[in-house]
Amino acid sequence: MAPFMLNDEDDERNGSVERALIGAAAVAATAGLAYLVARTLGGGGGDKAPISDAPPSALRRGYKPSDALVSRTVTIARPARELYDFWRRFENLAGFMDNVKSVETLDDKRSRWTIAAPGGTEIQFVSRITEDQPGRVIAWESEEDAPVRNSGRVEFLDAAPGRGTMVRATVDYDPPFGTLGRGVAKLLQREPNVQARRDLRRFKQLMETGEITSSASPSGRRSEEPTRQYL
Amino acid sequence: MRALTWHGRHDVRVDTVPDPEIVNPRDAIIKVTSTAICGSDLHLYDGYIPTMRAGDILGHENMGEVVEVGSKSTLKVGQRVVIPFTISCGSCFHCSKQQYSACDNSNPATTSDMSETLYGYPMGGAFGYAHLTGGYAGGQAEYLRVPYSDVGPVVIPDGLEDDQVLFLSDILPTGWMGAVNAEIEQGDTVAVWGCGPVGLFAIQSAFQLGAHRVIAIDHYPRRLQLAKQMGAEILDFREVDVRDALFEMTGGIGPDACIECVGMETHGLGIDNLADHAKVWLKLGTDRPAAFRQAILSCRKGGRVSVPGVYGGMMDKFPIGAFMEKGLTMKTGQTHVQKYTRQLLEMIQEGKLDTTWFISHHASLEDGPDMYRHWHDEQDSYTKIVLKPGLAKGEVKAKQEKQHEPA
Repeated sequence: MAPFMLNDEDDERNGSVERALIGAAAVAATAGLAYLVARTLGGGGGDKAPISDAPPSALRRGYKPSDALVSRTVTIARPARELYDFWRRFENLAGFMDNVKSVETLDDKRSRWTIAAPGGTEIQFVSRITEDQPGRVIAWESEEDAPVRNSGRVEFLDAAPGRGTMVRATVDYDPPFGTLGRGVAKLLQREPNVQARRDLRRFKQLMETGEITSSASPSGRRSEEPTRQYL
Repeated sequence: MRALTWHGRHDVRVDTVPDPEIVNPRDAIIKVTSTAICGSDLHLYDGYIPTMRAGDILGHENMGEVVEVGSKSTLKVGQRVVIPFTISCGSCFHCSKQQYSACDNSNPATTSDMSETLYGYPMGGAFGYAHLTGGYAGGQAEYLRVPYSDVGPVVIPDGLEDDQVLFLSDILPTGWMGAVNAEIEQGDTVAVWGCGPVGLFAIQSAFQLGAHRVIAIDHYPRRLQLAKQMGAEILDFREVDVRDALFEMTGGIGPDACIECVGMETHGLGIDNLADHAKVWLKLGTDRPAAFRQAILSCRKGGRVSVPGVYGGMMDKFPIGAFMEKGLTMKTGQTHVQKYTRQLLEMIQEGKLDTTWFISHHASLEDGPDMYRHWHDEQDSYTKIVLKPGLAKGEVKAKQEKQHEPA
């Protein structure tokens, strides 16, 4: 009878209160479990229409259009056009994107990308520009035969006056081996979320300071050199 | 070169390590002439700061002579420079607001993840202070690589000794910003918790900024004596109930501003501190904020609380009721060193600030591990230790305490 000991005369009523509480708890637990199961099995591809003024990648499951959608925004104290121009010369991207080994421009629309993949391997694909608004947007999509289908866009949005540009990069990709592949990539820190975050930080450093910040310095660790960044 | 390296809790050693090299165009290399051990180095020594790696070189209060510059550095070989402990790019949004310790670019892209996860946004870079702040080697060594050397270093004019200017690197601007953040008005009574070097500088700074009285709180007699020499009234918390004493000494109003220069490893016998000790010991907590609570509870209604003391994690029993109901204002943060160095250098040259009187010891780099032990165990007699890589092993000079003449 523990928590609701009223008094002896109320025994009968007391019992019915208790039964009602147990019943309510059981309903709540079932509903909660059902919700969790639905959440777990539901995956991405939400169909609920959000009212929040946030970019799609910030939405919770159920609202987010796709689980593979990765996006990150960084504010850079430089004009949009300058940032766009630097990015549009895709060869420059290998200078601050960790996984991008090289980019070769093939023609107006197409470029060949060489990307480091988990396990020391490399993959190559050809990417085609699908939208190009100077100073505003660059969007691209991998061609049909790409080993990892991906598409992305980078938007250059004016920040508040005097505060430069908000750069928002969005990547949507089909990881090899689906969700499992994404998990493995995450463990190896090759996961696009981690990469997008770090690549955009390096882009900001390069554009604002003219160099990519490095803490390379000596230490008592014999295996390390003073000119390389280890962590 | 020789360098003082961290290997674990209460384990620092002097190792031979590679010399630093120019990595980026804005870098410079200095030959270290003086490097002090900071109170916050004790947090590393005690193992309270996460993301240290065995072999890390310590030291963030550094100065020396420029020996090599990158193509974009504005320094010249041969110049004597003091190096702010904060590494700042000078061109991001935060640097443009003079919030140098919040620099968005000086923590490398990879090490930024940790503090972004912990605090929501990445911390700025700093020398010799774990990988949360970038993993930069410190200057308790013969040489130091200085990134963004066109923004931080303070070029020292001839005629000033190392001891006079060394503390521009950290503790002088830290004490000064502690007093600035207390928004002192003419006639104010200011209470200062902790009479370590930062507290002592906060006392001097509070008087410079117009405080009528300063009341200093500690339990080391020698440190309290130094505070008294600076013109402060003193409270030994072993002798008095600090809140009662402050209430009485301020005629029932309370201090107008409270500056908490203690941080996460508070001493003291209060029941809350004993409970905090137990939680830290059981790894249930990280910070022991007894002085912080006392400052909030002691402060007058509508007063200001300034916190230069260092914290890292979560706090239990923040007296939010007292904070809200009394309408207090709190300011805190790692020091925006570059914002204050020029003004403070001028004040040193004009004799308005005495920056040398509490240095208790000069020692060689080779004697660094012993000095860390003394600094940790004998805080009463070791009030500030300056390591000089130029001195030979065993050459430890206890400096005669100089009588301070208030400026």
